[in-house]
Amino acid sequence: MDTSRRRILQLLGLSAAALAAPPVFNALAKEAAAPAAEPKIGPGNEALKAKQWAMVIDTRKFKSEADVEPLVEACHTIHNVPHFDFKRWEIKWLWATEYQHAFSGTTSTRFIPDAVAHRPFLVLCNHCENPPCVRACPTQATFKRESDGIVMMDFHRCIGCRFCMAACPFGARSFNYRDPRPFIKETNQRFPTRMKGVVEKCSFCVERLAEGKMPACVEASGGKLTFGDLFDEGSEVRKLIQTNFTIRRKVNLGTEPSVYYIV
Amino acid sequence: MLELAIKGSKRYYGWMAVLLGLAGIGFLVYLKQLDFGLGITGMNRDVTWGFYIANFTFLVGVAAGGVMVVLPYYLHDYKAYGKVTILGEFLAIASVVMCITFILVDLGQPMRVMNVLLYPTPNSVLFWDTIVLNGYLFLNLIIGWNVLEAERQGVHYQSWLKPLIYISIPWAVSIHTVTAYLYCGLPGRGFWLTAILAPRFLSSAFASGPALLILLCLVIRRVTNYDPGWKQIQSLAVTVAYAICINVFFLLCEVFVAFYSQIPEHMDHLKYLFVGLHGHGAYVPWMWASMTLMVIGIILLVNPVTRKNELTLIAACLCVFFGCWIDKGLGMISGGFVPNPLHEVNEYIPTPLEGLITIGVYALGFFVLSILFKIAVSVKEEVRA
Repeated sequence: MDTSRRRILQLLGLSAAALAAPPVFNALAKEAAAPAAEPKIGPGNEALKAKQWAMVIDTRKFKSEADVEPLVEACHTIHNVPHFDFKRWEIKWLWATEYQHAFSGTTSTRFIPDAVAHRPFLVLCNHCENPPCVRACPTQATFKRESDGIVMMDFHRCIGCRFCMAACPFGARSFNYRDPRPFIKETNQRFPTRMKGVVEKCSFCVERLAEGKMPACVEASGGKLTFGDLFDEGSEVRKLIQTNFTIRRKVNLGTEPSVYYIV
Repeated sequence: MLELAIKGSKRYYGWMAVLLGLAGIGFLVYLKQLDFGLGITGMNRDVTWGFYIANFTFLVGVAAGGVMVVLPYYLHDYKAYGKVTILGEFLAIASVVMCITFILVDLGQPMRVMNVLLYPTPNSVLFWDTIVLNGYLFLNLIIGWNVLEAERQGVHYQSWLKPLIYISIPWAVSIHTVTAYLYCGLPGRGFWLTAILAPRFLSSAFASGPALLILLCLVIRRVTNYDPGWKQIQSLAVTVAYAICINVFFLLCEVFVAFYSQIPEHMDHLKYLFVGLHGHGAYVPWMWASMTLMVIGIILLVNPVTRKNELTLIAACLCVFFGCWIDKGLGMISGGFVPNPLHEVNEYIPTPLEGLITIGVYALGFFVLSILFKIAVSVKEEVRA
């Protein structure tokens, strides 16, 4: 009885010591170690910042498919967007459509000038101020970044329920119906590829903004697209919105799209 | 009580083997889907929910329909339903099992499903749907099992079950309400954007659930020594009659609002389903078949002569069940996605492979249902003897 009680006390003491030891050792080790540079993840010093990023598309400057292709190509190449010939599996972040489709339910599409009717209209994720897709996502895999209003996707958290795709009133999202990797022409190692079963869409080039670069489509557009802070009165986009008549897609739904069109 | 499920006739074992075989085929095809991705289905960039979610939605209704026997029995002390309440509860369990399986096979990354609980997101309706569906499953399991066990022992069920029974009644309503909210809160989907969607779902649930229960009761009358009772079946038939009438009435309300207001976003989906849009109309014959079936169902159920005749009652229940299935399953989900937000028409046609997976899930559900009904019927036979 006595010995067993002593052993228990001994064990208790040892356990307490064992529990207390790691923090002590860690503290000692930290002091002893040379001040090494800890890896940090975040935007660089040149990162572009905004309260709410927005885009103005001057559609008057787009005459034909040839004006659109380089932009789509730039976007899809940089972001490893696969190309499928089979339409059901199609994935697109940025594409061109006709006026009547881009603004279906928004404005009158009757008796419009031929030039407008046949002009290509770029459509993409609107990075809504009040995004219904974010509201619908059950895992916060799609979320609105507090710092600059970009609606982002966490490809590693997405469970592929496609609720966001039903919620998006702009058809901006695509789903990986199969492994996209064999269908990427040339993989850009600086951007993640996706796996089957997750949703993806335009990200306003967050990875480029973090390095101080404009989105790929804006850069490739040669001034046809303008990108900037919607809530900065001095920004290019604000000036364009103030001096031109612009329209946005389906404003009646209250999502507050951040892509403006000069028609 | 589980031992009762493995003591059965050759016919019972044969039936179970068939179900297991179908479930097995479905599972093999599912492995293919897991490997390839959801690209083996007919779903596309525009119609992103298909057959799986359609059947899920329909079966949530069948599960909720169980409350149509639970409520009169426990709340109104309608004694006659003592013979069928357990069947209603067990049907609900099997239906919810199918619902959850349908959700799982519809996920692009099913191994990540626990993210829904790891990152609980109250603003997502899917989060709440997970909670109410699982809650309903456990409520019915606990209630059904314990009440049956008590009956077998010849005692009154435990008093702590009473609150759970009361909770299970509004809970049944909640599962189908939340499921409707998955759809009706989405801007830009004119077909679903209607406050009457949840009531509509409930009315079709209270028609199709009890209709299936009537058919199952008639099967039990035939193949076992237990009789759920003609009176009970007739009471259920009245419930189905009311519910299917209300369902069709709600549908007509939708049609009126869409076509009198003439708002294109609301009209176009109905047009696509019933007359075709821009030359596309794969669902037109299905939708008219659904309407015809529901109308025949109403005629046969409202008329007392045909309601009280076993043969016409069976026909009526089949009409109601399949009419609702087409309307709510096929039409409701696909119709909401066509035309797409850019007003383009891309149709969805299920592929044979997703059909096999769907059959597999139904087989799994009926396997669970057969086990549960076998137990229930055996206990009832035992008690009577």
